[in-house]
Amino acid sequence: MEAKQYIGEGWKHAILIIGAIVVMLPFYMMVSMSLKSQQEIQSISGGLIGAQETQTFPVCVKTGYSEETCTMKPYQYNYWFAFEKAPIPRYLMNGVIVTLSIFIIQVLVALPCAYALAKLRFYGREFVFSMVLFCLLIPVHGIALPLYVMLAQAGLVDTYSALILPWTISVFGIFLMRQFFMTVPDELIDAARMDGMGEYAIVWKVMLPTAIPALLAFAIFSVVAHWNDYFWPRMVITGNRDLFTPPLGIREFRGGIDSDEFGPMMASIVTVTVPLIVAFIIAQKRFIEGITLTGMK
Amino acid sequence: MGTISLKNISKSFGSTQVLNNLNVDINDGEFLTLVGPSGCGKSTLLRIIAGLEQQTSGDVLIDNKNVNRVRASERDLAMVFQSYALYPHLTVRRNLETPLRLRDYNAFERLPLIGNFSPSKKEKTESINQLVNKTSETLKISELLDRKPGQLSGGQRQRVALGRAMVREPVAFLMDEPLSNLDAALRVHMRSELSELHNSLKTTFVYVTHDQAEALTMSSRMAVMIDGNLLQLDTPQEVYDNPSSLSVAQFVGSPKINIFKGTADSGGTVGFLNVNLKRKSSESNTDLHIGIRPEHLEITNENNENTFSGTVAYRENLGSDIFFHVNIEDGSNKIIVRGLPQFTHQISNGSSVNIKRVSDKALLFNQAGMRVQFTNA
Repeated sequence: MEAKQYIGEGWKHAILIIGAIVVMLPFYMMVSMSLKSQQEIQSISGGLIGAQETQTFPVCVKTGYSEETCTMKPYQYNYWFAFEKAPIPRYLMNGVIVTLSIFIIQVLVALPCAYALAKLRFYGREFVFSMVLFCLLIPVHGIALPLYVMLAQAGLVDTYSALILPWTISVFGIFLMRQFFMTVPDELIDAARMDGMGEYAIVWKVMLPTAIPALLAFAIFSVVAHWNDYFWPRMVITGNRDLFTPPLGIREFRGGIDSDEFGPMMASIVTVTVPLIVAFIIAQKRFIEGITLTGMK
Repeated sequence: MGTISLKNISKSFGSTQVLNNLNVDINDGEFLTLVGPSGCGKSTLLRIIAGLEQQTSGDVLIDNKNVNRVRASERDLAMVFQSYALYPHLTVRRNLETPLRLRDYNAFERLPLIGNFSPSKKEKTESINQLVNKTSETLKISELLDRKPGQLSGGQRQRVALGRAMVREPVAFLMDEPLSNLDAALRVHMRSELSELHNSLKTTFVYVTHDQAEALTMSSRMAVMIDGNLLQLDTPQEVYDNPSSLSVAQFVGSPKINIFKGTADSGGTVGFLNVNLKRKSSESNTDLHIGIRPEHLEITNENNENTFSGTVAYRENLGSDIFFHVNIEDGSNKIIVRGLPQFTHQISNGSSVNIKRVSDKALLFNQAGMRVQFTNA
């Protein structure tokens, strides 16, 4: 009986481990390549971190630095050159500005809207809610072109507004928060009304604090989606490199006169990915709570 | 002062009529209970008084002022909810402070940080603190002030909810089944505490419950509501002794009143089973319901024209009383008889017994369920 149980558990773990490897492998490759020299990457040798021999890097010299500056260990070179070649801090800051602005405005819109849909009785409520559900079905790419044309007409292409405005109303956020607010007892809201709170005060002082887990779940969905978004910034940021978001920045390393240099490229990708992974690890426990609470996937 | 008058209150949700032309006058300092089976509209009526629900027609008057258009928070009423409805993210102290902060501070003073620069805020904060401390001492919750509601037991939450209502010193308290989430022992205990609180505060209480025992024990007057209609409004004793209709008689009292089918002949003599009542009915030549409460029936050894017999189906021993569920011989009725343990302890399930009624205690109801009086009562 005991042995059989172990075998059963063993199978489950074996399958899960294989799954984990499949998911982790690209990350392993990314970290490994960001540490190794170009030769080691192309010959697929050197294991995780390579030999780390001090050497002079030809692409660096070709870019115009002195030979002395260009002589160092591969991992140093990869990260140093990534930051030299592209203004990565600027890209990261753009990413933070865009994702945070989007998230904050989404919350400002979604919370009152979800509260109204969940707790207030008004004519046409069901219709509005069915419209919200309907909007969930519209793929972003389907409306990208009209959106772009409208932004262009308004003269907003190549501005932060172009990156932020189209995402400020999140129907997913409205839906998620509405489902959560449905579980908040009406009596709590009535009590707040008796205490003298207005409807907006109820949203921000009563509903918001009780909805923190759901809000955190939504924050991760929203921030991850917009931090990693490549499609939309690629469309509306046409020339101004100062507005590049991290995924656009990575593109700087692709091709060019000095052929593909994978080391610095991977180093820049690591730099862009790490903030999200750290944020997720910090929020992980709350995130999973939020998901189970709302029963959403 | 705290008088509340409801004039011709009706409420319907869509096509469903929930309240049907209700008139209630609640006196200052009274403990009025709205009691009825679930779905009778009593909670809706309370929410209309509170201003959380708008009546379809009719007027609500508080201290003789029409408050139809006055918002809930400005009616100066406080409400205690069944689920306590404490703010889960605030400490007990902040929960108690919230209604006072909203009432006393102006919009500027409520702002975080810069609100503190208002010259009058310090004074107001002090008076708020005093009120919170006074209330928490009255309710013996001083040591809980720094906890969150999640860390409290049901009884403690109940007290905090009461406290949050009390700090504002409102003209009246509205309570929506505040005890029904507590366990049985605590519920009985809180009944007496609520009565004491009412005596010391001398404020109007309007209390909604489906538990007729709570209504009978606590209220100065009780309003029995069934299906959106107010059937009777009187002192608990009067409602119990003199119910205006069959539904009220059946709702109030536990165990339920026994109902016998009987008739009144042309002379008004009322008969049921083999028994004739001494008093005459004011309605003659008609079928009647005769209601007799379990404590007005007793098990006896006599066997005469005033007794009837049956078989004990079930014996319910409560210690102080034993209730016998008896099948009457002709099979028409199942009735409940109260017996005192010292006389009846040897009677077991299945024994046949003779039952005698205590005279002058029967209640008559006609086919429509309305009360019928005796002529020579």
